[in-house]
Amino acid sequence: MMSTKAELICGALRDFNILPSKMDLLITRYMKLQDHRVSLNGNVEYTSEAESVDALFRSVYGYYNIDYPKFFKMDNLCKLAFLSAEILLQDTDFLQKYPGEQIGIILENASSSLEYDRKHQESIRDRNQYFPSPSVFVYTIPNIMVAEIAIRHKVKGENTVFISEQFDPELIYHYVSELFRNQRVSCCLSGWIECYGDHYQSFLFIIEQEDKIKRFKGLQEYVILNTLNMEELYKGKSI
Amino acid sequence: MIEDLILKLKKEIIEELNVENITPEEVDADAPIFGEEGLGLDSIDALELVVLLDKNYGIKIQASKEGPKIFRSVKTIAEYILEHQKK
Repeated sequence: MMSTKAELICGALRDFNILPSKMDLLITRYMKLQDHRVSLNGNVEYTSEAESVDALFRSVYGYYNIDYPKFFKMDNLCKLAFLSAEILLQDTDFLQKYPGEQIGIILENASSSLEYDRKHQESIRDRNQYFPSPSVFVYTIPNIMVAEIAIRHKVKGENTVFISEQFDPELIYHYVSELFRNQRVSCCLSGWIECYGDHYQSFLFIIEQEDKIKRFKGLQEYVILNTLNMEELYKGKSI
Repeated sequence: MIEDLILKLKKEIIEELNVENITPEEVDADAPIFGEEGLGLDSIDALELVVLLDKNYGIKIQASKEGPKIFRSVKTIAEYILEHQKK
């Protein structure tokens, strides 16, 4: 059940017409990958002792028995986004419940694709050794992490990546709410996927519309989508 | 000589194109390198191979239509290198 605090906040938002009265948006599943731990719906599923980000992502890939050779060609930002989506969607029926065109992916991060932007810059700095790598260049845009998820899961709906200094739940709330209100999406993957050097953090969740949810296996409670609840989940607090 | 070049190419392709879970010895030099068979390379990998030939062997491929013939297998790449390095 939702906590009293969350209900009160949600009610207050509705009173101010911030939430539509007959259409609550719900976070129906969420995951986090940070501090070498993977958690799903608040429960830690996997902890790694890996000594590098590369090794960590490989260990997560192995732990979840993922079989997708293209994973190894991705940059770390895409690996993180890809793994997060795999963990979030594994053993669920989200992709069967909604047509691909009605599933959106709205993400945020702080460093954009800076790691590979710099790698690309290194490869073109010396005009006498000018060998830009196509497989590096392709990752010099943060939206490619959305593309990797979309290709893997045949998701074809609205998508974008916002660059923000820190996790901005208000932006997600307003943008995603608008997509639902305009019937551009029926389901949305959203959250924070940040990776630069040794620092990485993912917080990915699924948003669905209350009236579309009939049954969901394995999760007894839903979290109403609002900025406070997103902030609380992001910080690791229970709702 | 071509055997040495084929082995070198296999190592370069595995390393530079991040091909996982296969050793140079396991790569069939005659097998197609694109698609589901062989190494399963894709279009970005094809561009990467063009760069590899330029960077490591000083060979520039000017006509894109030559690509499918040159990059059919590791052996055809090796043959193309030997042919063009002689010139």
